[in-house]
Amino acid sequence: MTAACPACAGVDPAEARADLSTVEPDAILHLPDIHCAACIAGVEDALMALPGVREARVNLTLRRVQVAAPGLPETALIDTLADAGFRAQRLGDAARDRQGAEAQALLTRIGVAGFAMMNVMLLSVAVWSGAAETTARLFHLVSAAIAVPATVYAARPFFVSALGALRGRRLNMDVPISLAIILALLASLAIAFGFSHEQGWFDAALALTFFLLVGRYLDQAGRRAARSAAAELAALEAPQARRLEAGEERIVAAETLVSGDLIRVRPGDRLPADGTITLGRSDMDRAALTGESAPETAGPGDAVRAGETCLTGMLTVRVDRAGRDTGLARLAELVATSESQRSRYAGIADRAARFYAPAVHLLGAAAFLGWFWATREGWHALDVAISVLVITCPCALGLAVPAVSTVSTSRLYRAGLLVKSRTALERLAEIDTVVFDKTGTLTTGVPVLTGSPDRAALSIAAGLAEGSSHPASRAIAEAARARGIAPAAIEDVTEIAGQGLEGRHEGRLWRLGRNGPEGREASVWLTSDDGDAHPFMLAEDLREDAAQAVATLRAQGYAIALLSGDAPGAVAHIAETLGIDTALARMTPEDKVAWVEARGAAGARVLMVGDGLNDTGCLAVAHAGIAPGSALDAARSAADVILLSGKLDGVPHALRTARTARARMKQNIALSGAYNIVSIPIALAGFATPFLAAIAMSTSSLTVTLNAMRRDP
Amino acid sequence: MNVLVFLIPVSVTLGLLGLGAFVWSLRAGQYDDPAGDQARALSDRYDDAPPPPRD
Repeated sequence: MTAACPACAGVDPAEARADLSTVEPDAILHLPDIHCAACIAGVEDALMALPGVREARVNLTLRRVQVAAPGLPETALIDTLADAGFRAQRLGDAARDRQGAEAQALLTRIGVAGFAMMNVMLLSVAVWSGAAETTARLFHLVSAAIAVPATVYAARPFFVSALGALRGRRLNMDVPISLAIILALLASLAIAFGFSHEQGWFDAALALTFFLLVGRYLDQAGRRAARSAAAELAALEAPQARRLEAGEERIVAAETLVSGDLIRVRPGDRLPADGTITLGRSDMDRAALTGESAPETAGPGDAVRAGETCLTGMLTVRVDRAGRDTGLARLAELVATSESQRSRYAGIADRAARFYAPAVHLLGAAAFLGWFWATREGWHALDVAISVLVITCPCALGLAVPAVSTVSTSRLYRAGLLVKSRTALERLAEIDTVVFDKTGTLTTGVPVLTGSPDRAALSIAAGLAEGSSHPASRAIAEAARARGIAPAAIEDVTEIAGQGLEGRHEGRLWRLGRNGPEGREASVWLTSDDGDAHPFMLAEDLREDAAQAVATLRAQGYAIALLSGDAPGAVAHIAETLGIDTALARMTPEDKVAWVEARGAAGARVLMVGDGLNDTGCLAVAHAGIAPGSALDAARSAADVILLSGKLDGVPHALRTARTARARMKQNIALSGAYNIVSIPIALAGFATPFLAAIAMSTSSLTVTLNAMRRDP
Repeated sequence: MNVLVFLIPVSVTLGLLGLGAFVWSLRAGQYDDPAGDQARALSDRYDDAPPPPRD
C-alpha cells in the first residue's frame, strides 16, 4: 500500500518537521504495511529502544516514519524494524522536497481571505440593509482597512502569475482575475474616500480571492499527490547488489556498481545490472522483459540483463553496464520523455480557459466603453465594468474541474487505485479499446499444477522441488501442500540448471525435469533411473477476477485485445478462456508499440494494461496506461494508474469512475456557464449590485462543489 | 450608534483570534496526519503516565 492518499496529500513530511521541534529528521522511511494504532506504537517503540535514536514519529496518513537519529545509518533502522516485524523502505530524496511548504502557504492565504471575507461581508450587510451617510462611510473605511492588506497578501499568487503571463505576452485566467480584484479594490477605495457614490465591491474582491484560492489548492493537491506517488514508487525498488570484493560478498546499492565489478546473484534475485555470466548456470525468468512465461537457461559467457530474475543457480556475473547505462534504465528514461509529451494533453479546464480569458476582457472593456459613450459618467461606467468582470470571473470554473478530480481520485485511492497523472481521468474517459498484456497482467505469472497426479509421485516430486525457486518446482511443492501430501525425504538433491532436479529416494535415483519419454506431452516429468515416469501438467494461473473484468469491459462495449510476447499456444489458451477475439502472440515490444500506434492513428483511443518492460513502450504511447502494483518500476512509471490491490476489476472500475468524473466536469462547466449566461446580461445592463454578485458567486461555487461530491448513482 | 466604536474593534479582534488559531494549528502540523491522530486518540498507552523523557 502507499501513503499519500490523494485526499490528504496536502500534507507532507517536510511540514511535519514542526513535530520534531528540536531536530531535523535524519531518516524518512516508508512503512507500507502499517494500518492501526498498534502498528504506530510498535514502530515507535522499536525505534526508540535503539540506542542513538532521539525521536521517532509515525505518520499513518503518509505511512512514513521520521526518525531523528544523528549518525545512525538507515539500514540499521530498517533492520531493527524488520526484527520487530515491520517492513520498511528507504524513501528517495524526492520525498524530502519542501513541496509541502507551498501548500501550507496557500492554506494560510485561504484562511486570511476567508476571515477578511466574512468580516467585510458582515459590514456590507449593514450597508445593503440601509445604513447611510456617516455609518456607511465608516463601514466602508473599516472594510478597506481589512480588505486591502488581506487581498494584497492572499491574492498574491494570482498577481504573480498574471504578471508572468503579461511579460510573456500571453493571457491566462489570472489576468482577468487580477484585473477584477484590483479594479474592484481601487473603485471601492474611491467610494470609501468619498470620490464616488456607487456601492463598494470589497466583499466581492475578497470572495473572488477566497473561492479561487480554494480551487487552486485543490488543483495543487492533485499535482502533489501525483508527485508523491512517483516518489513512493521509486522507493518500492531500491535495488541492491552483492559485490565480490577480494572474494567476500558485500551488499551495496546497485547504483554504485561500475563496469568490471563482479557480483553474485542468488536464486530469487533480480539482476541489478547488465553483464556476462562468468561462473554458474541458472534458469533465468525473463518474463518481465519479454513476456515469455517459460524460463530460459543461461551459463558462462551468456549475457544477462538487468530486470531478469535468477531462478535456480548461483551466478557470478561480470558487470558490463550498470546504473543509468543498463537497458532497463535507458528504457525508463525513454518513457519519462514520452510521458512529458503526453502531459501536453489539454484538459477540459485548459480548453475552457483558453476561450474564456479573452472573452472576459472584451466584455469588461465593451461594458465600460458602452456605458461611458451612453452616459458620459466615468464612475458609473467603471462600476458596470467591474460588475461584469466580477460576475464573469471564473469562480465556479476554477472549482469545476479540480473539485471533481480531487473527489474522484480519492475515491479511486480508497478502492486501491493510485492515479498518477493529473489528466489521467479525462483521458481514461475517452478510451474505447482496452489492450491487455498476458504474463503478469491477466495471469499471475506463476504456474499452477493441474489435473490429479499420482499421490506417491507427487510426494517424491515435492520432496525434490522443496528447495528450488524455479516456478515449476514451487508449483509442485505448493500443489502437494494444498493436497495435504507430505514431501518425501530425498537425499543428495542437486539442481542442474536447464535440466531440473535430481535426488535419491529409497535407493532409487529420481529426476524432476523437462525431459521424459518420447511422444507424450507434459510440462514436467518425474522419472526414475529404472524407467518409472510420471507426467505433471502445469498451466498459467489466471488472476482470479480476470474473466470477470474482461466480461464487464466487453459488456460495456469496449473492444478488447491481447498482445503477448509468449508462445502462440499459451496465448490462444488464455484468449479462449477469457473470450478475447483479438489475440496476438510472439509480439516484440516494437510490434506492440506499432500495433497500438496503428490503432491510435485509426482513431481508436487505446488503454494499455501491462506490467512488463516489453509493455512499457505501449504504456507510454497509448492514450492511457494502467499497470498492476507488481509491475516493473519502468512500467509503473509509464502508467497513469497503478492497481495497488493487483485486482483486475480495478480496470473497469477506473474507466467507470473516469467517465462519471468527466460527465461531472462537463456538468460543472455547463453550470458555471449557465450562471454566466443569466448574469452577464444583467451586469451589462447595469443592474448588478455587489449584493447580487455576492449571492451569485457563493451559490455557483457551492453548486459545483456539491455536484462534485455527489455519490455515484 | 456610538456603540459601534467598541463593537467593530471587538468583532475584528475576535475574528483575528480565530485566524491566529487557524494559522497556529496549521504551523503546528495538526493537519499532517489525520489518520494517525485518529488512531492515537483511542490509544490508552500513555493513560497512566506520560512517555518517559529522553535526553
